[in-house]
Amino acid sequence: MTFSNANSARWAWGAGLVFLLVAPFIGVYPVFLMTALCFAIFACAFNLLLGYTGLLSFGHAAFMGSAAYATGWLVRSAGWSPELGLLAGMLLAGALGLVVGLIAIRRQGIYFAMVTLAMAQMIYFVCLQVPFTGGEDGLQGVPRGSLFGLLPLASDLTLYYVVLAIFVAVFAAIIRIVHSPYGQVLKAIRENEPRAISLGYDVDRYKLLAFVLSTAIAGLAGALKTLVLGFATLSDVHWSLSGEVVLMTLLGGMGTFAGPVIGAMTIIGLQNFLADRVGSWVTVIIGAIFVVCVLAFRRGIVGELLAWQQRRRQR
Amino acid sequence: MEIFGIPLQAFLGQLMLGLVNGSFYAMLSLGLAVIFGLLGIVNFAHGALYMIGAYVAWLSLEKFGLNYWAALLLAPLVVGAMGAAIERTLLKPLYRVDPIYSLLLTFGLALIAEGVFRDQFGVSGQQYPVPELLQGATNLGFMVLPNYRAWVVFASLGVCLATWFVIEKTRLGATLRAGTENPALVQAFGINVPLMVTLTYAGGAALAAIAGVLAAPVIQITPLMGSNLIIVVFAVVVIGGMGSILGSILTGVMLGLVEGLTKVFYPEASNIVVFVIMAIVLMVRPAGLFGKEK
Repeated sequence: MTFSNANSARWAWGAGLVFLLVAPFIGVYPVFLMTALCFAIFACAFNLLLGYTGLLSFGHAAFMGSAAYATGWLVRSAGWSPELGLLAGMLLAGALGLVVGLIAIRRQGIYFAMVTLAMAQMIYFVCLQVPFTGGEDGLQGVPRGSLFGLLPLASDLTLYYVVLAIFVAVFAAIIRIVHSPYGQVLKAIRENEPRAISLGYDVDRYKLLAFVLSTAIAGLAGALKTLVLGFATLSDVHWSLSGEVVLMTLLGGMGTFAGPVIGAMTIIGLQNFLADRVGSWVTVIIGAIFVVCVLAFRRGIVGELLAWQQRRRQR
Repeated sequence: MEIFGIPLQAFLGQLMLGLVNGSFYAMLSLGLAVIFGLLGIVNFAHGALYMIGAYVAWLSLEKFGLNYWAALLLAPLVVGAMGAAIERTLLKPLYRVDPIYSLLLTFGLALIAEGVFRDQFGVSGQQYPVPELLQGATNLGFMVLPNYRAWVVFASLGVCLATWFVIEKTRLGATLRAGTENPALVQAFGINVPLMVTLTYAGGAALAAIAGVLAAPVIQITPLMGSNLIIVVFAVVVIGGMGSILGSILTGVMLGLVEGLTKVFYPEASNIVVFVIMAIVLMVRPAGLFGKEK
């Protein structure tokens, strides 16, 4: 990445941040923004795996959803504070990620996708059957409490800025991870795994750590979403959400920092907009976007922008 | 008579149900394996094609009064033609890029199919009557065997073995297998490889449609029936390894039986037993039971 390229990216991120800071005051509904930011965190976590390590997990909803349930139950029924609930949800998702990752990294490529999907479906059935998730009804009535016992989160505006702060922290952490020596090894694995092995890297351990990091952040997204909306449901662990996060990343641009954020905002915004208007055609439209992205738009929105910028510079 | 405190009749009944499910697993994982073998793609739309097969049967009865046997012929033709069209127009441009893209494309297609059928027919299940010839049950002395279930097991195993025979024992199959190994060389011998690929995808789709018609009388026909099943079938495919045709048939039937047994002894786990087995197999033998280590 050239200096000016990195510079213009920073400008764009800064502009995005300014927009997010003032968004509640220019008429955007805070709860919608918070939901979109939670999914943006989720997609960023997913992108760490697909975009920077080249691993397609088709079961990421399981980690988001189980953290959503865990945090919801701990905060509501065990009376935990929101910050401890978030931390616990994140740790649980990371632990589940460790178990699933240990099994899934034994296969590569397409098999990896199938194994993660199957393991996630198992987690879905467990969530369906264990009593504390509330089965088909979901886990409802989760209070927001107050952060560190000091800052009450009941107001949408207060919670919005907390969510935004967490989102910025995650975004920065992912940039830090990708630019670290560890992140460089991940990219090497994505580009040429046999070569990374022959250079002496223990590829499986690098992949496993990436998987655990990604699932833990996905868990944070789910836990945060439960606090925002006050409930966790089976759709948080369902495979269709695992598909949606793939689409968010693909549409925004995998392997770019801002791509998953743009993708998540677009898809959540679209679903929100379409939900009352077209009914079950939402699924059809999502599917069609998938087909179009794969056939004609594999770099995604941000990826296309970067490529366009590069072409212009070369001229 | 009882086995481990469970009445023999109930025990055998569940085992039979497991065998029926196993036949569907076998047919679907066989289709996936055939498509994967030649095209190198995982067909996520397989569940949707199975669902469409069942709807073709239901629609041809409701709208045109075509009976079960006609549907059994019609559905694979219709769905096979759809498969050929999908391969020609959508999958073809993706052979040069990473196989995850074709997985994502077929996932998108599955969503589209599901959404369209949900809009047209709603989410509630449709019933399809058991054909007259196969109604009733046969008393075997130790259990009462519903005729239709016996037919499902018999027919699907027949279809599976026929597919195996075509691929492993005929000249056409030999060409197909050669095409898997080295498409350029086979093309050089004057064989139309792109056509072969299209027909293979259509054939895999037709297998899914036959499974859908066979399943129609024993399940609720819903737009979601395919996606719920396909994830289990993916696990079956991982357990068996996609290396061998006979292996995927055997694994399918075996896992259906194991699931049936679990329903008898520990019903709560019957949904997840296949996934647990998958995890164990991956730990012990990552390439799958019948897969070849690379």
